[in-house]
Order: sequence, then C-alpha cells, then structure tokens
Amino acid sequence: MALLQISEPGQTPEPHQAKRAVGIDLGTTNSLVATVRSGVAQTLADIDGEHILPSVVHYGAQGVQVGFPARAAALDDPHNTIFSAKRMMGRGLDDVAALGGLLPYQLVAGAGMPQIETRQGLVSPVEVSAAILRELAARAQETIGGDLDGAVITVPAYFDDAQRQATKDAARLAGLKVYRLLNEPTAAAVAYGLDQGGEGVVAVYDLGGGTFDISILRLEKGVFEVLATGGDTTLGGDDMDHLVALWLLQQAGVDESTIDAQQQRMAMVEACRAKEALTDGAEVDVYFGQWHGTLSRAQFNELVDSLIDRTIRAFKRTIRDAGLKVGEIDEVVMVGGSTRVPRVRERVESFSARAPLTSIDPDKVVAVGAALQANVLAGNKSAEDMLLLDVIPLSLGLETMGGLMEKVIHRNTTIPVSRAQEFTTYKDGQTAMVIHVYQGERELIKDNRSLAHFELRGIPSMPAGGAKVRVTFQVDADGLLSVGAEELSTGAKSSIQVKPSYGLGDAEIARMLHDSFAHAGDDRDARALREQQVEADRVAEALAAALAKDGQSLLSKKEYALLLADLENLKQCRTTADARTIAAEIDRIGKATEEFAARRMNQGIRQALSGQKVDDLEKF
Amino acid sequence: MVDLTQNYFELFALPVSCQLDQQQLASQYRALQRAVHPDRFADDSERQQRLSVQYASFVNEAFNTLKQPLSRAIYLLRLAGRDVDMERNTVMDVQFLMAQMELRDEVSELKTQANPEAELERLMSQVDDDITACLTKFEQHWRAQELEQAETIVRQMQFMVKLAAELKQLESKLLDGE
Repeated sequence: MALLQISEPGQTPEPHQAKRAVGIDLGTTNSLVATVRSGVAQTLADIDGEHILPSVVHYGAQGVQVGFPARAAALDDPHNTIFSAKRMMGRGLDDVAALGGLLPYQLVAGAGMPQIETRQGLVSPVEVSAAILRELAARAQETIGGDLDGAVITVPAYFDDAQRQATKDAARLAGLKVYRLLNEPTAAAVAYGLDQGGEGVVAVYDLGGGTFDISILRLEKGVFEVLATGGDTTLGGDDMDHLVALWLLQQAGVDESTIDAQQQRMAMVEACRAKEALTDGAEVDVYFGQWHGTLSRAQFNELVDSLIDRTIRAFKRTIRDAGLKVGEIDEVVMVGGSTRVPRVRERVESFSARAPLTSIDPDKVVAVGAALQANVLAGNKSAEDMLLLDVIPLSLGLETMGGLMEKVIHRNTTIPVSRAQEFTTYKDGQTAMVIHVYQGERELIKDNRSLAHFELRGIPSMPAGGAKVRVTFQVDADGLLSVGAEELSTGAKSSIQVKPSYGLGDAEIARMLHDSFAHAGDDRDARALREQQVEADRVAEALAAALAKDGQSLLSKKEYALLLADLENLKQCRTTADARTIAAEIDRIGKATEEFAARRMNQGIRQALSGQKVDDLEKF
Repeated sequence: MVDLTQNYFELFALPVSCQLDQQQLASQYRALQRAVHPDRFADDSERQQRLSVQYASFVNEAFNTLKQPLSRAIYLLRLAGRDVDMERNTVMDVQFLMAQMELRDEVSELKTQANPEAELERLMSQVDDDITACLTKFEQHWRAQELEQAETIVRQMQFMVKLAAELKQLESKLLDGE
C-alpha cells in the first residue's frame, strides 16, 4: 500500500492557488467586470482601455457584435440592435409591450419570455445577456490569464424570482460558474463598507439605466445585514431620456406615433446627450431634424421630478420597513449612472439631510463590490472578515380559495429561508391539489406575479378538510425559490425547482446551449466533460481540505481511510473517465461524505458559539 | 446525523427564558451564520451547498422565532408541551374584547382627527406597551407552569400584534398619501 501523505491539521495538502474569481455588474445600459488583484478590487478594461461595456448586442448580417461596435450600429440598424435586454429578463410579452416606445423590436411570443426577431434569427433576452457575459468573461480571462473559476453576478435587489432565474440561465449559457447572485445595492455597500471600515446604518440609493433599488443595511463588525429593500424594476435613466425625448418631439412638432424606430432612437440619443450635458451645464442646445432649441436645467428638473418623486416615496417606505426613522440613517451611498443627475442628488440630500457619498465612481462601485465578494466566496480571502445577510425583496405565497394570496414568506425576510405551511382539501374525496405560487404584496393573486404552478396527486380520498398537505418554500442565498409539497398521512410527495412562468424550460436551455456551441465551433461532449472535471476538482479539493482539517478529529480510522480511498478514486476517475461516469462518481462521493459534512457543520456551530473552543462538545 | 429539530435556545447556547438579551441573541446569531452560511461554501460541492442552505435557514428561523415576543412565547409553550394552534378561534375574555373594540374604534376614527399622525403615534406606542405588559403576564404564568392561562395571554398578544401591523400599514398610507 502506498504511503499516505497526511498534512498538518488546518493546512490543505495542496496549497491552492488563488482562484480566478470575478464580479460582474450586468447592467441595463452598461456592464462591467472586476477582480481583486494584489488585494485591490479593480474593474478591467478592454484592449482600447475602455472599462465600460455597453449592454448592447447587434445581430447583423455579418455576425454578432457586443458593446461599442453594437451601439454604433444602432442608428443604422435599430431593429437588430438589442438595448436594455435586462428589462425583458423574466418578463412576459405584455410586460415588455407595456414598456412602450423604449424598445423598438419585433417581438414574438415565446414559450416563456418574448423572443426578438433579428437577422440572426429569434433570440431570447437570456441569449442577449449571455452574449454580454461571454464578452466580459473573455476580457477577464485575457487580463487575469486563464479560465475563470467563478463569478458573482449582480442583480437589482428588487428582481423577482423569474428575473433572477433568467440571469442565472444567462450565466449558464455563457459557461460561467455562478458563485452567487448578489444584490446591486448590497454590492455597493460592500465596496464602501470595506473601503471605509464603516459601522452603522447605511442607505444605498441605486438609480441605474432601467432599475431603481433602495436598500437599508446595518454594518457591524464585518457583517452586512440588509434590513429592508425596496424599489422599482421599471424605473431608471432610460425613463428620464424617454421623457426628454417626448419633450423634444413635442417641441419639434413631431407626432410620436408617426415616427419610425430610427427617429425614435435618434430622439433617445439626443435626449440622453442633453441629460448628460446638464450635469455640469445650466442649459444645452438640442436638435431634432430641422428643429433646434435649448433645454435649461430648470426645465429638465421639472420634466424628471415626477420620476424622482417615485424614488423618494420608495425610499421612505423602505426606511419604515426597516423599522427606522430617517434620522437614524448614518450614511447615504449613491450608485448608478443616473445619480450623476444633479437634481437626483439634491432631492436625496434634502430628504435624508445627509450629503450622499459619491467617492467611488457610481458606475463602477457595484462591480467593485461584486469582485470583493467573489474573492471571499472563492476562498481567496478569509470568510471571517465579511458576511452578507440579504433579504427577499417580495413576498412569496400561494393561491387559496377565492383567489386570495396566502403569504408563506414575507418580504424582507433574511435568506436563505425555509418555511412550511399546511393546507387542506375543500371537497369530499378530493385526490389532487393544484399549488399555484405567486410573488408580490397584494391581497388578490391576480394583482401579483404568477411564478409557477404544479399538481400534487395521490391524496387519499377523505372528507373535505381531512387531508393535510404541507407545502415547503425554500429560498436559497441567490434569492431563488424551490417548492415542495407533501401529503402528511400518505407521504405523497411532489417537488419542483420553480420554473417561472416567464422562464425557460430545460429543453429551451439545451437548445440554446447547442446553438451557442454551434456558433463557437465548440464540441458539446468536450464541454460537458470539462464541466464535470471542474466539478470533480472542486469536490476533490474540498474533500481533501476537509479531511486534512477535521478528518482525524471527526472520523474513526476506518471512516477516514474509506474517504481517503474515495478521494483517490475520484482523482483517478477525473482523468480517465467520461462525463457521465465522473458525474456518477461525484454523486457517490457526495452520499459517502454526507455524515462527515454534517459533523463538520455541527462542529462549526459549536466552535462559533464557544469562541473557537472545542471543549464543550458535550453540551449538544 | 444532524439534528435540525434541536431546541432553538440550545442552538444559540442561551438559557430557556422568556426575556432575552437581544444583543446577545444577535451576536450569537451572527457567529452561527458565519459558520453555516452558504457563502462559506460557495466553492464547495453542490451537496455541501445544499446542506449549508438547510442549516442557515434553520438558524434564521430560530433567530426570528426567538427575536419576536409573540413567536417566542408560542415557542416556549410548545417546549412546555402545549402546542398552540393560533388559527383556531377560542372564546376570549369579554373585558379584553371590549378594550380591543374601543381601541379599534379609535383607529377607525383616526382619519377624522385634527392631527392623525400624532394620534397614530400615540396609538402605536400604546399597543407596544400593551404587548410588553402581555409578555410580563405571560412570563408569570409560564414560570408557574400555568400553561392554560399562559396560552390565554398569548392569544391576547396575537390580537395586539395584528393591530400593531395594521397601524403600521395605516402609517404607510397616511405618510405616502396613498
């Protein structure tokens, strides 16, 4: 028998290299990628030195372009140039249609989300987002040198389950391992909190291109605890541009309903330029076609004040949800390009009676925070330093009799969370039950968003009210929901990973994956093998580290030897076997290590409470 | 195997009691989450991540239960062997009901008051005081093992907590002008 190498407790046998981890801010208008290098989080530039990647994809006759070249193509080819795909993520055709003139695309109803007709065929908003993610990942790989181990991708805090799932699907399509979906305001708080070693209550006011978020956090000894979050996923700088564009058209005497997509785009571009010019200037010359005139800062303020009002109302409500008063807020952090608008700063300052913090570039702060978190999650930095406790932004519930919403998990509950609720049959002899899951705050389900529905069958025939069904909601740390149901007397079970009504089916994802390989000239089998190998490495590395740290104290000699043999087996299997065999081996090892994993968790709990002492083990 | 059904007080290494040091509870909570939160296992196997989600959810549930006086009281009764079904209606003390009706009358007349916001604030703090008083009464019965009386108090407390929630909603409407 070969001599086994056993390292000192607390040390990994193979001291691992720093993981290549990135933070990605997948924005409505612009996206960025950042990473931590030599202890400093920095956004990464492309070869032209540009940090920002416009979130624009052009599906032209010649192929697919992302970023600046795509944006440049927009004026000549508006229908095939996709802006603001983020606003369509996880939404239905009706929602997207409600955005009106913002999106001049030929939309086709898909199985879930609408598809956009382009010269490259139908594309889903998920595919558009994946193209942007792929571009950023490629940039990061080039800069850091090597395949990425994982990414933290930010989402608006107010994103619902369908929008989060769509974002995760996009990452999967782009071939990225997602460490975590992180809420944008939380990311910003991390960037500021770690930067300034802050303590106290922080409000993050995040007004981006297409979304508005407000989060209230308490910072204490490296713990970022989100107390409440609120916002509006259909409110942002785009809407300011739209209001200014409407004003432009009106001034120029042009009827909005008569113009084509190209003119519409021109009006939006001119509106955006005027808005930006008014950040420093008191007035700006504006043009549309033959018409020209001026727009003053005061006129502009008047145009956008109603939008800002909405954000201040949400701000107030969120402070109350956090159980605080305005005066108890220690700092206000400004995030998102739209907070450059002086009127926004004025209004936030006058409401909060605080000069808002703007020292970190509001365009970059989210990506920077995400990179810091990715660095911790990858294990490059001790997790002792930082812990994020986030909340679910919208209540989750079920439809009950009369179309009422029965909330199972309330908004602003800390995640992860698991909660069960019992329901009963309402008819004699009822043997099936339809479970319909909704997200939202209203009392009637018709006013909330339908997430999914499924059927629980095989309920024993009993008089009404006889059967008891327990429905369990589990929300993970990404804010994603899975639902399980069980009839208690028979144990009939049904469980689903919630597939949102506006989400993608597995078949659709498989099709898109296939398409993306076809485009990339990639070999599908090779990719599957690579994925399993990466997961095998992850499992092997984690097991080796666990054995080195706790194997001797928590396992019998026999157990230890068995797991060590499993580990060697996995390493062998990883290099010789095919994808399917590796997956089976990973699964087998998972089962074999379940007991060890549980003992380690319990030990972690004991140590946490006894201040790193292990001597009061017996207490539990 | 893991015991995710263990007593919440034991989990937090706190004595089983009615009054809790909220700061100590919060600091134990943070220590526990540092040990079990999924962020600690983001680069671990999927199975390990699922296990961590279960643990962290359990810690969150325990924290929420112990943090609020009402859920803590219900939990204490359960530990004492008395499961309280809060959905089931029971006959309430007439005097208590009368007092409740008076309070609710005051709430419904709020909008016609000259200064509804100040009045609302007064009502909110009165309800808070009532909840605190309930908890003190509950503790006496609970210590004396008078579980039936303790349950009666818990039911009254639930009334007050619901009222407090309604007042909060009212406050939102008032302040937002909705």
